[in-house]
Amino acid sequence: MSVVSDPAPAILRTEHLGRTVRDKILVQDANFELRRGEVLAITGPSGSGKTSLLRLLNRLDEPTSGTVFVEGADYSTIEPRELRRQVGMVTQRPYLFPGTVADNLRFGPAQRGDTLGPEAIDELLAQVGLKDYAGRDVANLSGGEAQRVSVARTLANSPLVLLLDEPTSALDEAAKLEVESAIQKVMRQQGLTCVVVTHDVAQAARLAERALVLESGRIVRAGPVEEVLRA
Amino acid sequence: MLRLWFHSPLQLGLAQALVAALAALAVVVLARRRRIHLEGETLIAMVRGLVQIIAVGSILVILLRAPRWTSGLLLAGMIVAAGATSARRAKGMPGAFRVSAWAIAFGAGSIIALMTSLGVIDAAITSLVPVGSMLIANAMNTNGLALNRFRADVLAHAGEIETALALGAEARNSVSPYVQAAFEASLIPAIDSMRSLGIVWIPGLMAGMLLSGARPVYAAIYQFVVLAMIFAASGLTSLISTMLIRGRVFSPAEQLLLQPGR
Repeated sequence: MSVVSDPAPAILRTEHLGRTVRDKILVQDANFELRRGEVLAITGPSGSGKTSLLRLLNRLDEPTSGTVFVEGADYSTIEPRELRRQVGMVTQRPYLFPGTVADNLRFGPAQRGDTLGPEAIDELLAQVGLKDYAGRDVANLSGGEAQRVSVARTLANSPLVLLLDEPTSALDEAAKLEVESAIQKVMRQQGLTCVVVTHDVAQAARLAERALVLESGRIVRAGPVEEVLRA
Repeated sequence: MLRLWFHSPLQLGLAQALVAALAALAVVVLARRRRIHLEGETLIAMVRGLVQIIAVGSILVILLRAPRWTSGLLLAGMIVAAGATSARRAKGMPGAFRVSAWAIAFGAGSIIALMTSLGVIDAAITSLVPVGSMLIANAMNTNGLALNRFRADVLAHAGEIETALALGAEARNSVSPYVQAAFEASLIPAIDSMRSLGIVWIPGLMAGMLLSGARPVYAAIYQFVVLAMIFAASGLTSLISTMLIRGRVFSPAEQLLLQPGR
């Protein structure tokens, strides 16, 4: 199924994207595009291929068919590390590295030889509602705080597109609201281009403008979020 | 007690092997009670080990009269077999046999060559093959431990590794902590052997030298020499194998190939 929005240049576009592993189809013929500043939700039942599709977008897995274009360039021509900085990803579990919150935020920029200064760290933490957390040991953070650090850590790479894989599914209700509101704030303030994978239809409606519904690896519905989720 | 019943060396040896094997099997039975199933692997390993060592003993009898270069051939064969054995500890890791064989060949092989050329190991077949095989066997064990630990750590920390990749880390750097941990863990037996030498155990080589009439002090010093060579060969092997294997768990596009459930 093809989902093409208006003719404005797409920041990210998939073309017949698919992945099959040992005869099992994980994602099949996915065609969609994302414009700058747009938030797209990917929903669908468990095992429908939502996470598999997201992993293909920053090439953590290799497509077995089709490709992705990032700002018009076929992503197989972009050096993988550079691609992953441009298409940042926040995983379901935060997987913070041992050390302080600031150490985690410095990780991404350090990979390309940049140093993230204290002001930049404070600014990123303020965006996710964790002002004055820079020196805290990550071992002492709550689940919601850890996930917000994970969002800030990905933002430290200044990505063109932010991928969020079920960012609140491992959290309790209170933490879920904290993280979701931090994500919303960041999206609005920075005009971020985002793809959010969620099985929570209400969350998809709160965060995104457009939505895709996956079933057995195929896009079965796509369009404005209210229309798609009402169907 | 066995000496009262068995008088020929062959009969006595087989009886001793049987008693020792029964002790090993008793451990397997105990493990089985705790639902740890080692039966198949242990039985095969014991039968294989017995057949192999008798075969090598027989070959050594022939080699005593063979030219010196044949010991090189025999040690090369041992390296290939050691590579295949320790690669089994790295199930699912691409290129584990190649990595193991190269690591043991360079690790143990270079120490054997260096020590033989310096005269630390006697170049006579009767000395070179047994001492060389000790170095290769220990390098094999160390390599197996290193690969096994690395594999387990990568599987247990796939999330952290992919998080580092997703943040733009170089694939090799994303597994650096697990390479270091595997290297350190693999050398624990070799370090402990040296540390406890003479206090906890008197190794077989020293016992053999004493039985064959060597002076105790020289036998003791040479035992240290052997353990130091084992440490060098094992350490070098582990260093090489962990360096080589870390690149093999990633695809050319820096995707983690070794994943739980894949």
